[in-house]
Amino acid sequence: MSGSTRISQTNTSLLHQPWFLFAVMAALLAFTGFAQSWLFALTIVQLCMISAIMALGVNIQWGYAGLFNAGTMGFAALGGVAAILVAADPVPEAWSAGGAGIALSALVIGATIATVIVVRAKLGGLVRLIATALVLIIGYLLFTYYFGPATSAIEAVNPSRTGYLGGMGISILFGWLVGGLLAAGAAWIIGKIAIGLRSDYLAIATLGIAEIILAVIKNEDWLTRGVKNVTGLPRPVPREVDLQTDPAFISLAQSLGMEPIALSSIAVKLAYISLFAIVLIALVYLSEKALYSPWGRMMRAIRDRPDAAEAMGKDVKRRHLQVFVLGSAICGIAGAMLVTLDGQFTPGSYQPLRFTFLVWVMVIVGGSGNNMGSVLGGFLIWFVWVQSESAGFALMDALSGLLAEDSPIRGNLTEAAPHLRPVLMGLILILALRFAPRGLIPER
Amino acid sequence: MHEFANAFVLFSNFVLIPSITYGSQLAIGALGITLVFSILRFANFAHGDTMAFGTMIAIFCTWGLQAVGFSLGPLPVALVALPVAIAVTVGLVLGTDKIIYRFYRDKKVDPIILVMASVGVMFMMNGLVRIFIGVGEVSFADGSRFIIRAREFREMTGLDEGLALRTTQVITVVVAVVVMGALFWFLQKTRTGKSLRAFSDNEDLALLSGIKPERVVQITWIIAATLATIAGVLYGLDKGFRPFTYFQLLLPMFAAAILGGIGQPIGAVVGGFVIAFSEVSLTYAYRRVFEYLGPEGFEIEGLAQLIQTEYKFAISFMLLVIVLLVRPTGIFKGRVL
Amino acid sequence: MSLLQATDMRGGYGAADILQGCTITCDKGEVAVIVGPNGAGKSTAIKAIFGMMKLREGDVTFEGKSIKDLAPQARVEAGMGMVPQTDNVFPGMTVEENLQMGAFLREDGGAGVIDKVYELFPAVKDKRYQLAGELSGGQRQQVAVGRAMMTEPTLLILDEPTAGVSPIVMDELFDRILEIAKTGVAILMVEQNARQALEIADTGYVLVEGQNRFTDTGAALLADSEVRATFLGGDQS
Repeated sequence: MSGSTRISQTNTSLLHQPWFLFAVMAALLAFTGFAQSWLFALTIVQLCMISAIMALGVNIQWGYAGLFNAGTMGFAALGGVAAILVAADPVPEAWSAGGAGIALSALVIGATIATVIVVRAKLGGLVRLIATALVLIIGYLLFTYYFGPATSAIEAVNPSRTGYLGGMGISILFGWLVGGLLAAGAAWIIGKIAIGLRSDYLAIATLGIAEIILAVIKNEDWLTRGVKNVTGLPRPVPREVDLQTDPAFISLAQSLGMEPIALSSIAVKLAYISLFAIVLIALVYLSEKALYSPWGRMMRAIRDRPDAAEAMGKDVKRRHLQVFVLGSAICGIAGAMLVTLDGQFTPGSYQPLRFTFLVWVMVIVGGSGNNMGSVLGGFLIWFVWVQSESAGFALMDALSGLLAEDSPIRGNLTEAAPHLRPVLMGLILILALRFAPRGLIPER
Repeated sequence: MHEFANAFVLFSNFVLIPSITYGSQLAIGALGITLVFSILRFANFAHGDTMAFGTMIAIFCTWGLQAVGFSLGPLPVALVALPVAIAVTVGLVLGTDKIIYRFYRDKKVDPIILVMASVGVMFMMNGLVRIFIGVGEVSFADGSRFIIRAREFREMTGLDEGLALRTTQVITVVVAVVVMGALFWFLQKTRTGKSLRAFSDNEDLALLSGIKPERVVQITWIIAATLATIAGVLYGLDKGFRPFTYFQLLLPMFAAAILGGIGQPIGAVVGGFVIAFSEVSLTYAYRRVFEYLGPEGFEIEGLAQLIQTEYKFAISFMLLVIVLLVRPTGIFKGRVL
Repeated sequence: MSLLQATDMRGGYGAADILQGCTITCDKGEVAVIVGPNGAGKSTAIKAIFGMMKLREGDVTFEGKSIKDLAPQARVEAGMGMVPQTDNVFPGMTVEENLQMGAFLREDGGAGVIDKVYELFPAVKDKRYQLAGELSGGQRQQVAVGRAMMTEPTLLILDEPTAGVSPIVMDELFDRILEIAKTGVAILMVEQNARQALEIADTGYVLVEGQNRFTDTGAALLADSEVRATFLGGDQS
């Protein structure tokens, strides 16, 4: 954009200056380090970074193009699946038990789709309808014929420890890339169907797709062990215990005057943070490049005046599909990173409130259409989300202190504390929409 | 003949009756969504949690009434609590409109901003419900559980299969018929109801005709909150109350409203039943039904289930996608948004 | 003083004024027609008169009182009726319901007026239980006029009522409009079909670039060679 607008912005109050807002954020984190613990502060920073990446992804969809994706959770979960498929140890017994069956089922699906396409191209009228239905039914029956026994066989292989196909056993960092690709692929299919409809419909459709992705993940044990979770994923950074026994590390700790155990936790967290920082910085750089390229300007033109853009010969649908895929891919990368950080994949922990709508709050509060805003929003809202939990407990503790020792409400209050968070987030979202709809760092 | 009767009873017991009940609940919920959609022009993401809120109030009233020893005999006390719950929910929803939605309406913002504001409302209602009543399952259906028990039915008819008819199922259907009848009478026959339809049909012309927009909006919210509470209480009576399931009802309800045609109340009802019947019938294991229908000694190895129960959300989604692709206006030619 | 007196209207939607000091008046029982080339501000003029566009300058008086600050609905209550050019019926409602909605402001519900409208438009009566959205273009225009008549306005404003209908339907519609005028209603309309409209007009306004270029009786304008050459085209159809 032109330099003059930026200059005029620097004249406005301190509160509107990105560097100041980021400094406040850093101060908040530093304060957490001093007042609570540095380890806790670093834990927050790790997830702040992942949140920031997810917010970047949603911002590309909403901020650049005005697409409401209510299925972030699904794309993040797909990223997690990718991390497993890449990094988990392979289970050869499972492959020999059911690999062929799975491969055949996949073949059946492919053949069915191909036949349907051919049938629909060659035939017409009622015959086409009947033939399509027939092909689908036969395909479905064939599929279940191979698929059912294969999955049962796979799930029977040492069910308490594996019971799934496992992964490829290569570096989980590669899984981040695959996570992005997997999410992009899913987004392409969904986008083909739902893009071009009014934004409400896209929101509803993506909300549904996310639930379905989660249902598949929770249910298809052969793929990711379902709700039995995949734990103990290989890590891209050293383990704390290994560091603690490493003589070089112990001497380093001694020279710093720290306990090796304490230093090892901090070192591991810093290692993750460095990895995340590389991704975050790269994505911010690319997003900024894209936003101020002719492509980004065109996206925003389409967002603001879709009819005019269409009249000018822009293929609005195609462009929307592009951003939808790109944004979802970034959410997938973030999802893979999250699973990497956790070292485990727990489908039960994916809640729309936490994985979809919280990211929305980040984007809106940070400033839709502004990448730095999304990053700030990701940091700030995650910080508030984490801190409000302990604050909620403290508040409820204080409240129950006012009650009699044996009051039955006391227990209820403590139990209710975690649910203050959604109320707070809803309030923040509503207040932001009302009083600062352009966010903390508005679009330039 | 005997075998056929057995198969039919089995089918009725596990597919027909449950889908009629569930369909009634979805239909009432979807009616509220379609009304808000067609008059306020946005997809209200808070509708599911409004249902949860209304149900929670009904549960508290039920507990209060039970505590003083009130009973309705074979009927659940919640029926008496319902009007109170409706009143409270209407108050809350009108309050949210005044504090939150009205601002955006006056500014004539893009509808998607209203959707987002409704997400904020959803967050807040969701949290409040969990704070007040917790996340666990609450069963608040009292009175007699069954109208017909499976064993009684078997003795009565001499069939091998039993048909159980629960009180809550009958109440659901009766209440649904009354509610829908009243709503359709209101929309078709009364001046106010017609003004709602006119507003939904052609807002500018409605304004030219002197229809007051704020009044239309207010009445819409009152009806939507009433329907949400009724749907929520019926669902809760039938299946037990858990806050999270009410959020999950959003998708089938949206699907029902779009399937039937946005802004078409009759469409929401038909959509609700189509979704419910598809969900129940596609996830039911037909093995025993087929065994009755097949020749003597006929046995099926699998469950004869088309789709696993865990994927029932996928069904409403698939129907939604098919409608959007094939006939975006829905069955009854609603508005294309 | 005329029933409607819109004097020296100036204003527009953006920075530039579309209306640049145009004056329109209309009396009871009179048919006033606004004609002019595309972009002359014809529709804008009646939108301003009806309060759908804010005037920067000038005044609009109705029955001797200034209505400049009234909202469109309030102008309906004051006795004005408006038939928009497009989207002028409730397509999902029956013809009868359309008319009932036209009478929404009436305390009595308008049952008696409906009969009068049916008398005026017998074809509409036959379709009373059909959805307005399913009617042909001409019938739909009749319903639209009927809806606006339900408040028994003293001034009826029509925005290009014959746009997109066949010549036969157009003649029929103009006949009805004349009949309405005979009952003492003032008619103000914008027309694309200038020649036919001026034939029934008591007063004709030729608007060019937001200003009155010619103002005379319909017959006089039709006879004026300059008007004919410039605005009515040479053809006789």
